[in-house]
Amino acid sequence: MSSGSSPSDSAGPPDRRPLIAFAWLWVGAPLCYGLYELVQKATQLFTG
Amino acid sequence: MSSKYCLQYGGYVDKGWRTRTGCRSSDPNDRSAQPGYRSPHTVGEPVRSPSQPRGRFLSSGIMSPPVAPPGWSRWLVPPAALSVHLSIGQAYAWSVFKPPLESALGLSGTQSALPFQLGIVMLGLSAAFGGTLVERNGPRWAMTVALVCFSSGFLLASLGAATEQYWLIVFGYGFVGGIGLGIGYISPVSTLIKWFPDRPGMATGIAIMGFGGGALIASPWSAQMLESFGSDSSGIALAFLVHGLSYAVFMSLGVLLVRVPRIEKPAGGGAGGAPAPSALSGVQVSARGAVRTPQFWCLWVILCMNVTAGIGILEKAAPMIKDFFADSSTPVSVSAAAGFVALLSAANMAGRIGWSSTSDLIGRKNIYRVYLGVGALMYASIAWFGDSSKPLFILCALVILSFYGGGFATIPAYLKDLFGTYQVGAIHGRLLTAWSTAGVLGPLIVNWIADRQEEAGKTGSALYGTSFYIMIGLLAVGFVANELVRPVDPRHHVSAPKEKEAADVQR
Repeated sequence: MSSGSSPSDSAGPPDRRPLIAFAWLWVGAPLCYGLYELVQKATQLFTG
Repeated sequence: MSSKYCLQYGGYVDKGWRTRTGCRSSDPNDRSAQPGYRSPHTVGEPVRSPSQPRGRFLSSGIMSPPVAPPGWSRWLVPPAALSVHLSIGQAYAWSVFKPPLESALGLSGTQSALPFQLGIVMLGLSAAFGGTLVERNGPRWAMTVALVCFSSGFLLASLGAATEQYWLIVFGYGFVGGIGLGIGYISPVSTLIKWFPDRPGMATGIAIMGFGGGALIASPWSAQMLESFGSDSSGIALAFLVHGLSYAVFMSLGVLLVRVPRIEKPAGGGAGGAPAPSALSGVQVSARGAVRTPQFWCLWVILCMNVTAGIGILEKAAPMIKDFFADSSTPVSVSAAAGFVALLSAANMAGRIGWSSTSDLIGRKNIYRVYLGVGALMYASIAWFGDSSKPLFILCALVILSFYGGGFATIPAYLKDLFGTYQVGAIHGRLLTAWSTAGVLGPLIVNWIADRQEEAGKTGSALYGTSFYIMIGLLAVGFVANELVRPVDPRHHVSAPKEKEAADVQR
């Protein structure tokens, strides 16, 4: 059993939050565009 | 007490269980190596002996499952899945290309629908026959195949439009692109379930919601592109080219981000000698074994009936709402009918994530009781009172469409409950033949009956009454099939060869 931690152990895994934000923005932005267009069209049910 | 831990990844392939395993002694300063430790945001911390080569643990090629590196968040997997599903969901926006193709190449309506129809057929076939390959080679391989096929399908279609060779559009978009649809559809399912064993319904709901969302994005985007490039053959060719290249870039996020979780197993068992928890614990049934069980066919009937009922509304939504209120004081205009169709798309998408997530709380059998039982009541309400109240008609149709989407999104989690995670992607692929069947059955019932009623001189809501009663009957059949679902008989279970596993652990 080792008695100390190596430098790589103490550094810990890299922070993934920026990557998570980027990934969700990547898929979220076009989805928001699609939803916006959908809402525009759906309102025609009540106004058209 | 030795707290030697091993990491194991891999799975069952045709001739047995194959694993790659690495072990190390626990370090008191490394929390991730402590017995029972699970990171709240990650599944399976990697464990690698410093003496062992890195390449053995972090596979980099597309032919081996991409195992998650240290600290990989499971919240990176849903966007990876979404990047694929939002792309291939474009298939439902094919209708945008139909009128320009008809005028540019002198095609009939039936001919211009061919690329889409062939694409859906290829989706079912490639999902059914390619599922085992997806399980064997992993999600990165599957997403790469989906990217290459879907994008090159558009590029071939672009060449076909530029040279005015329609067969090339059918072959490119329908055949080649259709393979991308099928492999892409099932590519993230198994991986998502493994990353989110606590919320499989929500996880697969997110991905499958993307398939519905893909059409919402592509429909206005493609229309704007055709407006800019022109609706002649060169304009269509350019639009196809831009689609192919854009989707290749967009889907590449999924290929780069997708990872399979590692599974930690304490060597020699867990606390008190009990077996260690594993993603492969519990019932595991192979894809080949699953199709021999009555449970698979019950789920096949459930999915087929639920989808048929949803398509019954979706197929003729615009003419249906106009016919229902044609003789009322407030008839529905063409633009209002288009708004109704858009609202149905929203309900379809919301149902995929909403109902599928709810299934994690109330159970899969109960949620299908709701889809099928309440769905039948909604159809009955439309049949009996639909033409007397527009809000009631709209509300019932929205609920039916939300159940339609929910049925699609919840089925992978239902499969996981019954057959385990072992080959759930491949089983899901085989089950999608129910979708192909319903895709033919639903429109056939509604259109054929409406035509016969019209020939008999009927008008308005009377055109659809018989169809609705048939839909109620189909939903009742699905409800009974759901009631017949029982745990899978142990003779169908697959057991891992424990001797080999033990040898891996000791290595």
